[in-house]
Amino acid sequence: MIFLKIIHFISAAIVQGIPLLFGATGEILTEKSGNLNLGIPGIMYVGGISGIIGGYLYEKAAPTPNGFLLILIPLLASMLGSLLMALIYSVLTITLRANQNVTGLALTTFGVGLGNFFGGSLLAMFGESGSIALKATGAAYRTKIPFLSTLGWFGDLFFSYGFLAYTAVIIAIVAGIILNKTRVGLNLKAVGESPATADAAGINVVKYKYLATCIGGVIAGLGGLYWVMDYTDGAWTNNGFGDRGWLAIAIVIFAIWKPKLAIPSSFLFGGLYILSVFIQVPTSWAREIINMLPYLVTIVVLCAVSARKKRENLPPASLGLSYFREER
Amino acid sequence: MDNVAIELRGICKTFGSIKANNNVNLILYKGEILSLLGENGSGKTTLMNMISGIYYPDEGHIFIDGKEVVISSPKDAYKYKIGMIHQHFKLVDVFTAAENIVLGLEEQGRFDIKAAARKVKELCDRYGFVLDPNKKIYEMSVSEKQTVEIVKVLYRGADILVLDEPTAVLTPQETRKLFDVLRKMKEDNKAIIIITHKLHEVLAVSDRVTVLRKGETIGSVATSEATVSMLTEMMVGAKVELNIDRTEPVNPVPRLIVEDISCVNRENVRVLNDISFVANSGEILGIAGIAGSGQRELLESIAGLQHLTEGNITYIDPENGEKKNLRDMTPVQIRDLGVRLSFVPEDRLGMGLVGNMDISDNMMLRSYTKGRGVFLHKKEPATLAERIVKQLEVVTPGIDTPVRRLSGGNVQKVLVGREISSAPTVLMAAYPVRGLDINSSYLIYNLLNEQKQNGTAVIFVGEDLDVLIDLCDRIIVIGGGQITGEVDARNTTKEEIGYLMTKSNGGEQ
Amino acid sequence: MKKERKTREPLVHITKRATIPLWKAILVRVVAILIALVISAVVVVVFTHKNPVEVLRAMFNGNFGSARKVLFLLQRTAMLLCISLAVTPAFRMKFWNIGAEGQVLMGALAAAACMFYFGKTKMPNWLLLILMFAASLIFGMLWAIIPAIFKAAWNTNETLFTLMMNYVAMQIIQICVSIWAPNGSGVMGHINPTTYKGWLPDVFGQKYLINIIFVTILTGILFVYLTFSKHGYEISVVGESENTARYIGINVKKVILRTMAVSGLICGFAGFLLVAGENHTITKDLAGGMGFTAIMVSWLAKFNPLIMMGVSFLLSFLHLGGVQVAQDCRLNESIPEIITGIILFFIIGCEFFTRYKLNFRSAGKEEAK
Repeated sequence: MIFLKIIHFISAAIVQGIPLLFGATGEILTEKSGNLNLGIPGIMYVGGISGIIGGYLYEKAAPTPNGFLLILIPLLASMLGSLLMALIYSVLTITLRANQNVTGLALTTFGVGLGNFFGGSLLAMFGESGSIALKATGAAYRTKIPFLSTLGWFGDLFFSYGFLAYTAVIIAIVAGIILNKTRVGLNLKAVGESPATADAAGINVVKYKYLATCIGGVIAGLGGLYWVMDYTDGAWTNNGFGDRGWLAIAIVIFAIWKPKLAIPSSFLFGGLYILSVFIQVPTSWAREIINMLPYLVTIVVLCAVSARKKRENLPPASLGLSYFREER
Repeated sequence: MDNVAIELRGICKTFGSIKANNNVNLILYKGEILSLLGENGSGKTTLMNMISGIYYPDEGHIFIDGKEVVISSPKDAYKYKIGMIHQHFKLVDVFTAAENIVLGLEEQGRFDIKAAARKVKELCDRYGFVLDPNKKIYEMSVSEKQTVEIVKVLYRGADILVLDEPTAVLTPQETRKLFDVLRKMKEDNKAIIIITHKLHEVLAVSDRVTVLRKGETIGSVATSEATVSMLTEMMVGAKVELNIDRTEPVNPVPRLIVEDISCVNRENVRVLNDISFVANSGEILGIAGIAGSGQRELLESIAGLQHLTEGNITYIDPENGEKKNLRDMTPVQIRDLGVRLSFVPEDRLGMGLVGNMDISDNMMLRSYTKGRGVFLHKKEPATLAERIVKQLEVVTPGIDTPVRRLSGGNVQKVLVGREISSAPTVLMAAYPVRGLDINSSYLIYNLLNEQKQNGTAVIFVGEDLDVLIDLCDRIIVIGGGQITGEVDARNTTKEEIGYLMTKSNGGEQ
Repeated sequence: MKKERKTREPLVHITKRATIPLWKAILVRVVAILIALVISAVVVVVFTHKNPVEVLRAMFNGNFGSARKVLFLLQRTAMLLCISLAVTPAFRMKFWNIGAEGQVLMGALAAAACMFYFGKTKMPNWLLLILMFAASLIFGMLWAIIPAIFKAAWNTNETLFTLMMNYVAMQIIQICVSIWAPNGSGVMGHINPTTYKGWLPDVFGQKYLINIIFVTILTGILFVYLTFSKHGYEISVVGESENTARYIGINVKKVILRTMAVSGLICGFAGFLLVAGENHTITKDLAGGMGFTAIMVSWLAKFNPLIMMGVSFLLSFLHLGGVQVAQDCRLNESIPEIITGIILFFIIGCEFFTRYKLNFRSAGKEEAK
């Protein structure tokens, strides 16, 4: 039935879009402070593998794991891992004023390496063989809302996801409110637009940049956690997360730096990511063309925004630049 | 004394090898307007940046209400109720006026931008400002932006206000209005410092003057006891006698004819409006005007860097009298026409020279395309660099030193030296002595005079009216992108030029 | 009443350095690299539980263990260097082209396409190679010039644009592979595995050697181009100040386009070498992230082609050494990325100490007394 198929497709697109949404929201917060963090893909890998490590150690230590701890321990581990990664970036670019592009790329190299290394070696390090599959943790993360998720197509569409999916949407909405409706958001945007102005207005530029980058990093890392725990059910495959981190950065542009728009954009990109599976394209090359669409669309948006020059839609004015108060 | 708002003692600040402030002392009383007077580069802005927390002093003490304080960030400055209005406005372009005003404030309670906008409105009404709190900064004129800055400082309840060159961008009417506001604030017992190098403003608005020269305090006097000549002397050192040898024009014939040119800037504002004049060979033509009246655009139009919407620029070749149209030509095309046009721009290190390149490579900027082949010919520029360093006594470790490491005067010598090395037939110089000490300034004047005697048409944009009157043969005055008058430099007064400078803006209404 | 926070004197006050003596600048970097190596060693030892000497031996073994390994090290250095050279002209102009990966891939794709379609014809091998060469250069150039056009016209953010172009390039390769690959397997395998059509010949009986020779020559050419040519001078001026460039009549847009074209040409050339001289096939992972690593190489070498030789060698050495360590310990082969990351962090971070000076407040006061 075509209707159910569409519902199924949308639901799958949302599942695909959730990691992207985490990454995009995290990067928007970071970029609003003027930091272009190209290390987000690396951070998302680390967010994933840290969760895996936490879950693995807990499952190993507790023969009868507690459902609550099954969620909490990987969650905290993931957040800690992402935070450390974001801190590396912050120290280098904010305190040491290093080039943001180079630092970001190095961070991604490092993070992807770290993810794949532990993903491939964790069991070997504990003298086990095979590949990582955290069944209990995965199941805990995939717990659906009882009763509501069984409401037929309605339940499938709205209530068939693990709690992290709802968290992603809530974080994006909250981020949007903070940016547009609060003093903190106003100050943060000022830091990204013109750090000298913000500084002269008494805003602690360094503190804002650190906080935005670190919180952004942790949020992005949750995308990695969602991927390994919910989507792949507690299993790790090397490079399995693919280039979704870069796609998240693309969404930031596509959503013109607005978390609110990042929500539908992520689902749209998630949909494009799996569209080829659903519409049963006859040939594989046609499938690859569809897979190319997210990037092409992003380029078009980037060009359109820069051509229209509407000031509010442009990237934060100081994006990519480091700030030194006594610059002359 | 209870009445002291802020006191600075022994402030020192060094940038690299430059001592910007050396043992500076300053006292500001409540309910007074103090002028901080000094030439460009005398360390006024640096000093004020230290009380507003932008810079941190290397040495020295700051006292507020008799207690020593440490101001290590702008936030500290706000805590002590110090507010500074910077010359280059510190505003976020994509924010509204109200958003800029409340930026960084740590008020209790819910964040309510609408309430803030109402409060801004009330404040404006009290001091007589006209300001729409919901207008975006990028849609505003300069004077509106300045209003936002002032309101921002008042909104934060500042008791000590510092204004850095606030009138540079204002029309005379706006200046008068600003001064009224300052007087009103003074009545509220606020302490105000206004940084300036314009003597008539000092006399018009302030109660007391403190003078800085080369980063040191020279002294303070009450405005009522001050005279122009006395302040000038304090500002520039030894009693200044502007003795520039002005020779008679050498065989003046029209060299450059500018006819009815107009142009608009990126924001679509008309920055040049129907400008016409003739620059003669063997003559120095002065251009006077309030900063930002279109001087830069005018010179850039002639140099081929601005797109004109109307008008013509014609060059008359001294060899054969041939007329050449320069409108909408690029600098390269102008050069290819055989027009030897030299230009000393206002922004030396940002436009005239490349700071990170050495003197020799900077010599090449104008000539690197010369010579055949795809490779650079580095020998000639090196010789030229050696020659300029020697002839103009440039103080530098060698010709392979990056120019950004040279002092302001030496940077200018390198730039002017290069520009006159090509034996120009037209030489344009924008504020060539800004920030230079007296000796370097005189060297530059002499170089310009030398060019005049060689039969070059010299166009000199200046800000110091005494210099303009003593150096130039004719002076055209521009205001608001229009020519407001032309005078014979030998038979004019500062008052006459000053009147012309402020005329146009009034005449527009 | 809120408690008044007492303002403290800042402990450290940072100022910009005017200059730094060369020996000090070098010392700072050497110290940074040494610290990084020590930390990497600790990390590796913790992961592998082997003693450090053994790890070090494995590192050297991985690079110099046999003639073939040495050649492979040089080949990897050469390819990384080649791509680093490619991104350099644009970086000197402060044009943040992070699309080298895509530009290399497009060059490689063009070469592979020529091999695929003309390999079965009677075209002589030398002509095919020339055709591949030309096609690679053109495709690499086109891929680089597209973002440059938008930058010149609308000032479109080039970092984000070139980043996206990488993934478009990868998808185009996927499309081509899925059309070309036998029986829809999705894997190309060697192209012309029996006829060797479009394969660069072995020199002195050595595979790869021809790549190394080409890149060495290219390094010299690019060094001369950037340092001694008029184009190189224009690039430096535009990079330092667009206003100055305008002032002396440089057509900034033209220079941006031309320089990106040069970058793209070299990337295309790297793609050609990867296909014709090394892999003889096409996959989307052909460049293996070297397009990104090259950006870091170029930056670390301060955009100087001669220093880049050293930096690419160091990174290639660490990479191959790390792979060997991982194999010896049966660990995942991602160790090199971790080590590279650590070293990069330290070199990137140490730049700060060459540009800024830390003034410790208390020490300064005592001196003054």
